[in-house]
Amino acid sequence: MTGSEGVAVRLEACAKTFPDGTHALEPMTLDIARGETMVFLGPSGCGKTTTLRIIAGLERPDPDGRVLFNGEDVTHIPIERRNVGMVFQSYALFPNMSVAENICYGLKIRGVSRADRASRLAELVALTGIAGLEHRAIDQLSGGQRQRVALARAVAIRPRVLLLDEPLTALDASLRERLRGDLNQLLRSLGITAVYVTHDQAEAMALGDRIVVMRHGAIAQIGAPRDIYFTPADRFVAEFIGAANIIEAAAKDGFIALPGGRIGLTDAKTAATVVVMIRPETIKIVAPGDARLRGKVETVSFVGDRVRLTVTEAAERPLAIDAANSTQVRVGDRVGLSIDQAAVRLLEPRR
Amino acid sequence: MFAAQLAFTLLVAAFLIVPALLSMLAGVTANYFRGISSGLTLDWVLQVWELYADTIFRSFEIAFATLACTLAIGVPAAYGLYVRGDRLARLIEEIITLPLAIPGLAIALALLLTYGGFGDFRRSWSFILVGHVVFTLPFMVRSVMAVLGQIDVRTLDESAASLGASPWRRFRDVIVPNAAPGILAGSLMVVTLSLGEFNLTWMLHTPLTKTLPVGLADSYASMRLEVASAYTLVFFVMIIPLLVAMQLIGRRNGRPGTARA
Repeated sequence: MTGSEGVAVRLEACAKTFPDGTHALEPMTLDIARGETMVFLGPSGCGKTTTLRIIAGLERPDPDGRVLFNGEDVTHIPIERRNVGMVFQSYALFPNMSVAENICYGLKIRGVSRADRASRLAELVALTGIAGLEHRAIDQLSGGQRQRVALARAVAIRPRVLLLDEPLTALDASLRERLRGDLNQLLRSLGITAVYVTHDQAEAMALGDRIVVMRHGAIAQIGAPRDIYFTPADRFVAEFIGAANIIEAAAKDGFIALPGGRIGLTDAKTAATVVVMIRPETIKIVAPGDARLRGKVETVSFVGDRVRLTVTEAAERPLAIDAANSTQVRVGDRVGLSIDQAAVRLLEPRR
Repeated sequence: MFAAQLAFTLLVAAFLIVPALLSMLAGVTANYFRGISSGLTLDWVLQVWELYADTIFRSFEIAFATLACTLAIGVPAAYGLYVRGDRLARLIEEIITLPLAIPGLAIALALLLTYGGFGDFRRSWSFILVGHVVFTLPFMVRSVMAVLGQIDVRTLDESAASLGASPWRRFRDVIVPNAAPGILAGSLMVVTLSLGEFNLTWMLHTPLTKTLPVGLADSYASMRLEVASAYTLVFFVMIIPLLVAMQLIGRRNGRPGTARA
């Protein structure tokens, strides 16, 4: 409907060293496919925003780095001629302009006629669900409405790539979840290439076609949300994405020996120490009698859609378990734990 | 407690205001030494007007020319310095601010040493204008920069840039309208400082380029006390409406939420 033409984005050996000598980004090479939503995820200071700003043209990569849009080198093209749409965490709406003037500003700069601007405006307010607010001042809008105006303004110019820098972080939790859904739908329907920066792993998984997990200015892992979740490359990724039980123990003939029994591995490995990750929802509570691994229930919290338990005496540290909300266990119960071999993920030992 | 506070406030106000009122009253008294009983007259005011009208007009000319210069230099400078924000920018900001700490006489002396040889320039009021611009520029730059800091202008600038606006369009469409309260506050400061500036101007003036405060000093030194007082009265009458007008403009434009749809 809006005919946005996304481009394939390629970062080639893009590093960033700030004038004070800080290495914000190690050399990074990365391809973002046309129409793909790529999420950069990581703790603050991991270099994700710097990467976004390099794609935008707000930061220059160090001399060897290049930024390519559909193969065209845009490294030295300033942001105002790159034709990128940006949504900022603070939205950065112009307080001196109305909603309509904000949305149409980029079109006005491009010399689009008044009539065409009006029709594009009508299209955009309908798309983002803010019809009727066109003549409001910015300070008369709620946080969610501002977010939508910022999005409409960025999309209005039919950008080659849409860049979103923590666009939902400033909103409260319930609104964030609703807007996340709307945003997801919008990105799919526009079919635009989008780069999304966040520190929220739930947001990253909900929105990303692929996720780049970053740490200390480098890529820790790239993959589809499922891959990142179930087969994290290392302990950092495992712990950053969702809850994870990390167990460090000796392995013998494909089994890990623990205080409460043993856990089977997919390969018959023997090693002095292995590190494995087990997601809480992959551990099942069974009768203690016939289980390979046993423990004692330490805490039970019913959170509605599931029951979260911690079980001691099975491993060195308490295990977190997400069980079905119909599970009937009490603190102090002795339980058996059943873990599918496929759910036990071997990680690289800490380097 | 409240009564004590009120009394103290009134006392301080009286301490500051009474001398000004007495001075203005002296300006319309027929004979100051005989007091108000000698009768009220506008003769002194008329005499001031005849003798010093040119200094009054010159002062306003210089004040508005100074304003024009500080707007043309100070607002873009504040934008540039704020957006740049690095060590060099801070250094330049310090240098611009330096005239605040240096006595006006020293600035005047430096200007005389440097440009005193350029006869025509030295003799025109633009020589005084240069001094006033040097002296008032930091007030404009500072008050604009303060507002730029409040509105997170760097992100506004970046978002306008992402929409395709050139630096000039960004400055015109986004920066200036949103910095308006700071620009107005700075303008108010610049005009009042320029109108009242004495030290620097006294050093730089020639008999043909006297400004209002210099004329006032002149009349105190060489005229009847009533004339000098009438001069003060004229000064107040001219400057107060100006200040009120600028405040009103500032309040109307500075109020948040007045978007033009």
